[in-house]
Amino acid sequence: MTVPSVDQGVDTKVDRVPGARREALYFALRNKKLVGGLTVVLLFLVLAVVGPMLTAHGPREYVGPPMQPPSSEYWFGTTTFGQDVFAQFVYGLRATFRVGILGGGLTAIIGMFVGFTAGYRGGLVDETLNMITNVVLVLPVLAVLLIISAYLRVRSVEVQALIIGLFSWPWVARAIRAQTFSLRSRDFVDLARLSGVPTRRIIFGEIAPNMASYLFMVFILLFGGAVLFAATLDFIGLGPTEGISLGLMLNNSVKWSALQLGMSWWFIPPGIGITAIVGAFYIMNVGLDEVFNPKLREM
Amino acid sequence: MATTSLAGKPEAERCCTVDRVSMVYKIGAFGGTDLPAVRDVSFEVRAGEVVSLIGESGSGKTTLGKMILRLCPITGETITVDGVDISTFKRRRLKTYYRSVQGVFQDPFSSYNPIFKADRVFSMIKDEYFAEVNAAEWRRKVAASLEAVRLSPDEVLNKYPHQLSGGQLQRILIARALLLDIRLLVADEIISMLDASTRIDVLNLLADLKAQGLGILFITHDLSLGNYVSDKTVILRRGRIVEMGAPDRVFGNPLHPYTKSLLTSVPQLHRKWERVEAELAAGRAGLTGRCIYHERYPNGDGPVGLDAERPTLAEAEDDHFVACFQADGEETC
Amino acid sequence: MSKVSLRVAGLKVHYRTLRGDVKALDDVTFAVADGETMGLAGESGCGKTTLGKSLIRLDGRMRHVDGTVELDDEELPIGDTARMNDFRFREVFIIPQYAMSAMNPTRKIGKMTKELLESRGVRFETVRTELKRRLELVGLAHDVLDRYPIELSGGMKQRMVMVLSTLLNPSLLVADEVTSALDVSTQRAVAETLVDFRDRGFVRSMIVITHDVSLVYQIADSIMVMYAGKLAEKAPTDVIVDSPRHPYTQLLISSLPEVGVKYADKRLTGIPGSPPSLLDPPAGCRFRDRCPLAFDKCSEEPPFVEVEHGHYVACWKA
Ligand SMILES: Nc1ncnc2c1ncn2[C@@H]1O[C@H](COP(=O)(O)OP(=O)(O)OP(=O)(O)O)[C@@H](O)[C@H]1O
Ligand SMILES: Nc1ncnc2c1ncn2[C@@H]1O[C@H](COP(=O)(O)OP(=O)(O)O)[C@@H](O)[C@H]1O
Ligand code: SF4
Ligand SMILES: [Mg+2]
Ligand SMILES: [Mg+2]
Repeated sequence: MTVPSVDQGVDTKVDRVPGARREALYFALRNKKLVGGLTVVLLFLVLAVVGPMLTAHGPREYVGPPMQPPSSEYWFGTTTFGQDVFAQFVYGLRATFRVGILGGGLTAIIGMFVGFTAGYRGGLVDETLNMITNVVLVLPVLAVLLIISAYLRVRSVEVQALIIGLFSWPWVARAIRAQTFSLRSRDFVDLARLSGVPTRRIIFGEIAPNMASYLFMVFILLFGGAVLFAATLDFIGLGPTEGISLGLMLNNSVKWSALQLGMSWWFIPPGIGITAIVGAFYIMNVGLDEVFNPKLREM
Repeated sequence: MATTSLAGKPEAERCCTVDRVSMVYKIGAFGGTDLPAVRDVSFEVRAGEVVSLIGESGSGKTTLGKMILRLCPITGETITVDGVDISTFKRRRLKTYYRSVQGVFQDPFSSYNPIFKADRVFSMIKDEYFAEVNAAEWRRKVAASLEAVRLSPDEVLNKYPHQLSGGQLQRILIARALLLDIRLLVADEIISMLDASTRIDVLNLLADLKAQGLGILFITHDLSLGNYVSDKTVILRRGRIVEMGAPDRVFGNPLHPYTKSLLTSVPQLHRKWERVEAELAAGRAGLTGRCIYHERYPNGDGPVGLDAERPTLAEAEDDHFVACFQADGEETC
Repeated sequence: MSKVSLRVAGLKVHYRTLRGDVKALDDVTFAVADGETMGLAGESGCGKTTLGKSLIRLDGRMRHVDGTVELDDEELPIGDTARMNDFRFREVFIIPQYAMSAMNPTRKIGKMTKELLESRGVRFETVRTELKRRLELVGLAHDVLDRYPIELSGGMKQRMVMVLSTLLNPSLLVADEVTSALDVSTQRAVAETLVDFRDRGFVRSMIVITHDVSLVYQIADSIMVMYAGKLAEKAPTDVIVDSPRHPYTQLLISSLPEVGVKYADKRLTGIPGSPPSLLDPPAGCRFRDRCPLAFDKCSEEPPFVEVEHGHYVACWKA
C-alpha cells in the first residue's frame, strides 16, 4: 500500500490549472523524448513534402537499369524492374502520412463520438454502445480484412484509412467513456445543466476541453498505430492497388527476393522509415505523458 | 437587481413542497441491488425561510437536493414549487424552472471548469437567459449581483478559479444564482470545504438573502452551522426524516436517539464531548424505553408529513415532530 | 511539562517552483513534550502539511533550508532521505492527508500490510497477533485484511490506516486531517481512537493537524496556530480557546459558530482579506494586512516568545 510513502495529494492539485498550460509548454520544450520524436517526425514530413520535387520520376515509372545500387543518379538505387527507389520512398512517405492522418483521424472521430455519448448519457444508451464496442473489439480483424479485400477491386489509401478507422476505434471509445464518466460527475457539469445549457454543448464545451491533452495524446498514438496497421495491410498484400506506400515497397522487395539477391537498398529505406516514424510517435506519446502529468515530471 | 423582486412577496408563502418522495439507486453488477437513498420524505420550504437538512454522509441529503434541482429523477409522490408539480418538466419548461430555482454545490473547486475563467458561470447564464441584454447593461447586472454577495468585480472577474479562494468561488456561485429571479436556493454543503474565517461570511450572506425573501434549503452535516442560520431543521437518517421542527426545539430538546447521538458528536468549543453527552443523557432520561410516535399512534397509522396515509412523524410538541425511535428503515419498535 | 520528545528549531523549508521558492515554513521553533498531543491549526495553505512532512520526509520539490529537528535528543537527518529511512515508521510516522484515497485499490489490505512491514524489515508473523488485537480495539473485524480498500467506509479506512501506522509503536505520530472528510459521528470515533492509542502507549506523542479548532479542542493538550508559514501562537488548549493572545487566533476563535448560537442573536464575523502569497511574503508581521491592531512596529517581524509558562505568541501587542 502507498500510505507510508507520505502524501501524494498535494501535487495533483497543480494539475489541470491554466497556469499549468504555460508550464506544460515549458516542460514540453525541455522534454528530450518529445522534442526528439517530434524532430524525427518533422524530418520525414519535410522529406515527404519536398522529396517528390527532387526527383523527376514517378514512383512506378521504369526509369533506368534494373538492380542498380545507390549512385549519384539513383540515390537509393533501383528495383528489379528499374524503378527509382528514392522516388518510391518519398512518395511512399506521403502515403504513409496520409493514411496516418486519415486513419488516425477517423478512429478518433468514431471513438470520441461513441465514448462521449456512452459516457455522458449512461444507462441504456451506454449499455448498447458498450455492447457494440465489445463486439468490434473481439472481431477477428485479419479474417474480416481478407474477406473485404477479396471483394475490393480497387484499394486506395482512403479505403485503407476507412478500414483502419472502422476497426480500431473501440479502445479509444472505452478510454474516453471512462474519462467522460468521471468528468460528468464533477459539479461544473451539473451547474451547466442548471444554466440550461443543452447536452451537446455540455459535452463539447465543458467536458471535451478538459480532455484536450488526453485527446491529443490519443491522436498521436492513433497516428502511429494507423501507420503500422497500414504497413501490415500492405505487407500481407492488401495495400493500395495504385500508387505506392512504404509497406508496399517492403511487400514488393520480399516478393522479388531482394534479400536473397543482396538488394538491401530496396527494403532498408522503407523499413527504417516505418520503424522510425512509428517509434517516434510512441516516444512522443511517452514524452507528452510526462509533460501533462506532473507526477512524472523530473524536477 | 434580481433579489429586490423577492422582497414584495408575502412572508409565509409556500415555496417548495416535497411530498413523500423516494429514491432507489440500482447498484451492483447489472443493477441487481436496490439502495433506497431517500424514503418517503416530506417537508416544505417557505419563502424567506432557511430549512437545514442535516444528516451523516450517505443519508440522502444530496439526492434530495438534486431531485429538487431536477438533476435526478423524482420518484414517489411529488415535488411542487409554487403549486406546480415539477417532475414532468422537459427542455423548455425545465429551463424556465431554473430561472426560479438554483443550486450551489459542496466543492467550489469542482464547480468550476478548471480550464476556463471563473466568470464563465456568468456568461453561461447570459447566453441562455439574457441573450438580448447588451454588454454594458449585463456588466452592471453582474456587478450588482457581485456586490450583493460582497465581492468587488475587479477582485474576481477575469480570473481563473485557482486564482480565487474557496470563499470567493462559493460567493460567485451565489451571485450567479442571483442573476436569475430565484425564489429557492438549494445550498448543498456549501461551506464544508471553506476555512473557518470565510465560512461565517457565506453563512451571513445566506441569512441576508433570506431576509430578502429567498427560500433556502441548506444542506449540511454540521449541526452547529445548521443551527446558526436556520428557521427549521430536518434531521435525515438513512433516507428517512427522524426529527423535524424549529431549531431551538430540535437542538434544545432532542427527542430522537439519533439526533441526540449526532449532537453529542459535534465538536464544540468550550464544551467537551463528555459534558455534552452527560447533559443530553439527563435531558432524555424520561424517554428511555419509550417511543413518542407509537404512544401517539399505537397502530402506526399516524399522518405522513402533509397528508394522512402512511405513518412517519408524530407531533411531540408545537412545531416539533419526531419519527418512531427505531426508525432506521426496517424494524419498528 | 515533562521530558521533551520533539524539538524543532529554526526550521525553514521551501518548495521549488518555476516562479521561485514558496517559503512554506519560515523559522519554525517549538517543542512537543513526551505524552503530549498537540493540535496544529490554521487556514488552508498556511503550511501545516508541510510542517508534518518535514518531520518525516521531504518530497522531491521540498528543500530543507535551515533548522534542526530532534526526536528524543537525537537529531533527525531530515534533508537526507536515505538516512531518514531508519527513523520513519519506527520512530516517527505520518498519516498523510488523503491517506484514504492513497490506498492501492487493487491490493487486499492484508497484503498491503504485509508488504509495508516487510519493506521495513519486519516479519509479518511477529506482529500478527498484535495487529489483530488492535483491529479489535478499534472495532474492525479480522476479515478486513481480506478486503479491498474500496469495500470499507471512510471511517473504517481511517481506523485501518491508524492501526497500521502505529503498529511499531512510533514515538511520534503526525495525523494530517484524518477526520476532515468524515461526518460528525465518525469523526468523533476516529478522534477518540487517537486519544485511546496515546493512552495505551501505542504512540508517545502526537501532532494532530486540522483546520477545525473545535475538534482539536476536544482531544489535544495544547494547540499551535500557524499563519502564512510561521507560527502565530502555541498554548495549552484551554488557554488558546478561552484567552488567546494573538489577534489572528482571537479572530479565528470568534468566527466559529457554536450549537445554540443563532444569526439573529449574534452575528459572527469572519476575517476579511486573505493570507499573503508565500512566494514573496511581506516583511514584518505577516498578518499585518488583516490585523485590526496593526501599528508601526508591526513592520518588524515579531519574535515567537514565551509570554507565560507554556504560552508562546508572535505578536508585538501580545
Ligand atoms: N508541491 C508543492 N509545490 C509548490 N508549492 C507547494 C507544494 N505543496 C504545497 N505548496 C505550498 O506550500 C504552502 C503550504 O502548503 P501546505 O500543504 O503545507 O498547507 P496546509 O496548511 O496543509 O493546507 P491545507 O489545510 O489545505 O491542507 C502553500 O502555499 C502551498 O501552495
Ligand atoms: N449516482 C448514484 N448511484 C448509486 N448510488 C448513489 C448515487 N448517488 C448517491 N448514491 C447513494 O445514495 C445514498 C445517499 O447519497 P447522497 O444523497 O449523496 O447522501 P449525502 O448527500 O447525504 O451524503 C448513499 O448511500 C450513496 O452511496
Ligand atoms: S504583530 Fe502587529 S500586525 Fe502582527 S498580529 Fe500583532 S498587532 Fe497584528
Ligand atoms: Mg452530499
Ligand atoms: Mg494540508
